[in-house]
Amino acid sequence: MNRHLISAGDLTRDDALLILDTADELAQLADRPIKKLPTLRGRTVVNLFFEDSTRTRISFEAAAKRLSADVINFSAKGSSVAKGESLKDTALTLEAMGADAVVIRHSASGAPHRLAGWVRGSVLNAGDGSHEHPTQALLDAFTMRRRLGRLEGLRVTIVGDVLHSRVARSNVLLLSTLGADVTLVAPPTLLPYGVGVWPCATSYDLDAALPKSDVVMMLRVQQERMTAAYFPSVREYSRRYGLDARRMAMLPEHALVMHPGPMNRGVEIAADVADSGRSTIVEQVTNGVTVRMAVLYLLLGGADGP
Amino acid sequence: MHTAQRGEQAERKPVLEPAEIGRALTRIAHEILERTDGGAGVVLLGIPTRGVPLAARLAARMAQVEGHPVPSGSLDVTMYRDDLRLRPSRPLGRTAVPPAGIDGTIVVLVDDVLYSGRTVRAALDALNDIGRPRAVQLAVLVDRGHRELPVRPDYVGKNIPTSQREAVHVLLTETDGKDLVLISDEPRDGGPASGSASATGSGGRG
Repeated sequence: MNRHLISAGDLTRDDALLILDTADELAQLADRPIKKLPTLRGRTVVNLFFEDSTRTRISFEAAAKRLSADVINFSAKGSSVAKGESLKDTALTLEAMGADAVVIRHSASGAPHRLAGWVRGSVLNAGDGSHEHPTQALLDAFTMRRRLGRLEGLRVTIVGDVLHSRVARSNVLLLSTLGADVTLVAPPTLLPYGVGVWPCATSYDLDAALPKSDVVMMLRVQQERMTAAYFPSVREYSRRYGLDARRMAMLPEHALVMHPGPMNRGVEIAADVADSGRSTIVEQVTNGVTVRMAVLYLLLGGADGP
Repeated sequence: MHTAQRGEQAERKPVLEPAEIGRALTRIAHEILERTDGGAGVVLLGIPTRGVPLAARLAARMAQVEGHPVPSGSLDVTMYRDDLRLRPSRPLGRTAVPPAGIDGTIVVLVDDVLYSGRTVRAALDALNDIGRPRAVQLAVLVDRGHRELPVRPDYVGKNIPTSQREAVHVLLTETDGKDLVLISDEPRDGGPASGSASATGSGGRG
């Protein structure tokens, strides 16, 4: 496995399965009286968050702490970044503090890649712009495999704001590596340029895709990243691409409803769908800690270097 | 994998035949029953990989003699090892503790080869995080010597004096298709703690 985790596309099938299998073993920890392992004692993990996040930051923090690593949280607000410090200078500061791993979230696509060239430790991409979010894809795949027992041949439909979604890109790359069939469903304006070369199918018609889906993953409409009018109104979007009770009834009996969070209830997903028994949304959060533990263990647990 | 290939090139001498392995396990099962009042409150925990089928076999033999089931499971110690940083990250084994837990029980740890004693130390740490047994004992199929920690087994299938340059390979029907213990000459780059043990033969994990 690589020293860094920057793109889900860097993972081979064996790498990805090793992470999922490791997570399967670590999942047992939740039932134990002592939910902690001594494995990363003396190692330092820095959470470097230039963009707001609750779920991902807390998830990485919990994962590192359960492996007994020391965690330093760094958020751009209230730091020297607010005074204009560059990413490189911040990186050098972290390097001087002896970080063994840097978990970075940044609004610019490619920031983790740049950082990886500046620090000696492992770099974990926790979301960069509209590029990638590999640990989210891993926890989604983990959730699907735990619920449905397999990934090979699974029909996964990813719906909504694909254009601004790092989750969609990472999921397409990872799920195709693992043998699932992915279909992206979105209005034409919210499909990225060049989506034709992604290893997946695309469609504009949600109603047609639903009966053929084992998993439907709803993406958040990222209004904060929208610089133009991509659809006429929220109401129209919701009517054509939102998952409501009527649409959920079109899914096969066993199908899962997923959402990476945070949700816009009533926009891409109706409240009664989000709270239904098919929804894995809360489970995804629990699995997030487990999968991130697996990644941290595999990147930091062994000897340095190859 | 790598070491196993080298092992095939080196000469492998059988030191325990299938029938001897069977007899050794039967004897250990009886010894455990004797020392624990008929196996009351005993939980057998095998250390992956080959300790797990050994624990299951011991449990079956004990149940046959006493007429009541003896719980067995597995205890993965990877995350507790002291040599993690010496080798690339390795995959985890399975931990499966019987549902009733281990609090107040007599845990018998079962492994194939006892060498440096470091695996057992890791296992004691791992147990500590799962519960508080009344006592912990150790059963091994082969004790090959060269201890680096104050660890001694309570039940031994066979003592096999070895040199540190040799590797002990335990093969079991469940994992390797046949029962056999082999010894081979294998140049290795240090003592049992060097972390160069073979992943398949478990010769040097200790």
